[in-house]
Amino acid sequence: MKCPDNIVLYMHEYLDEEIEEQDEQLLKKHLQTCPKCQSYFHELEKAIALVQSTSHIQAPSNFTENVMARLPKEKRRVGVNRWFRHHPLLTAASLFIILMTGSVFSTWNKDHEFSVTKQPNLVVHNNTVIVPEGEIIKGDITVRNGDLQIEGKVEGDVTVINGQINGENYLASAGHVTGEIKEVNEVFEWIWYHIKKTSKELVSVFQDKE
Amino acid sequence: MEALIKKRIKQVLKGDQSAYGEIVEIYKDKVFQLCFRILGNRHEAEDMAQEAFIRAYVNISSFNIDLKFSTWLYRIATNLCIDRIRKKKPDYYLDAEVSGTDGLTMYSQIASDTILPEDEIESLELQETIQREITKLPEKYRSVIVLKYIEELSLNEISEILDIPLGTVKTRIHRGREALRHQLRNV
Repeated sequence: MKCPDNIVLYMHEYLDEEIEEQDEQLLKKHLQTCPKCQSYFHELEKAIALVQSTSHIQAPSNFTENVMARLPKEKRRVGVNRWFRHHPLLTAASLFIILMTGSVFSTWNKDHEFSVTKQPNLVVHNNTVIVPEGEIIKGDITVRNGDLQIEGKVEGDVTVINGQINGENYLASAGHVTGEIKEVNEVFEWIWYHIKKTSKELVSVFQDKE
Repeated sequence: MEALIKKRIKQVLKGDQSAYGEIVEIYKDKVFQLCFRILGNRHEAEDMAQEAFIRAYVNISSFNIDLKFSTWLYRIATNLCIDRIRKKKPDYYLDAEVSGTDGLTMYSQIASDTILPEDEIESLELQETIQREITKLPEKYRSVIVLKYIEELSLNEISEILDIPLGTVKTRIHRGREALRHQLRNV
């Protein structure tokens, strides 16, 4: 019996699952009757099965580490970014500290000019604020970067930042100042003063609401 | 899976090297196996597989993110292995066949300290025989056969990886199969 033309091509098309329906019928019919073609087809199938049987091998251990070690160095920026991403709490804390220190010092540095709370009857002479004798100041006085000399009476709190209050001791005891007397000179004292001021303001805001 | 790979690639594109480690971890066995089956030698296969991952990393910006990453990676690996075969220098490795002997490698010269059971040796020998026959195939048939029957890729994907027309892939697979049929029929 003569084998049809293209029978080997049909075998390959069959193995690639790309055979036409009618060619497949022809191939199957022929294989049932032709031992020569049958064994040829079996040899093809066997070769494929053998190739596929080669067990799946794995990459050597440390493969990934070796690849990573040979990669060109990454940009520093990314490493820093990744560190921040992996340590959110530390990042937040350090950011907070940086911003806080920055704002505190900038406020401190900004305040090197002489200034005083505007009140009537106050006399200013060479960075010294004088409460003249016989005068009564109603309200608080804050002096920045200057001294305060009290000869009259203050009905309120007195605060001097980076300066002195002249004759404070006897004036306070003599009741010339009815409120609190505060002198602020050092940075830390000043920060403490700021915190107290802010919290006092907060408290008063809440009290106002009530 | 593809979505995860794409995410990692985007991280790598931003310069995050550690994201690439995950990509290597996912594909290392496939790429190593591909190289090993084409080259028939573990040392060379490891070299080429590592090189493929490094090249993919260096050229990641030229990768089109809409395409399949594995196709691109296999293409780099296959090309490296084919180049390697073409300009192969006579290197000597322990598991290279000793010339003039039938399937003896340098390993057989070294005393083995583990005694393998009989059937394990048999299956190992069969594996070696098959690998040797694959390595005997001309390089252009070898790569298609490995991609088709070991990596189990579709004809279309193979055509993309090797950058040759689908018709050529089919012809090469047919010829490769014919050669293997001839070489393996008495195994």
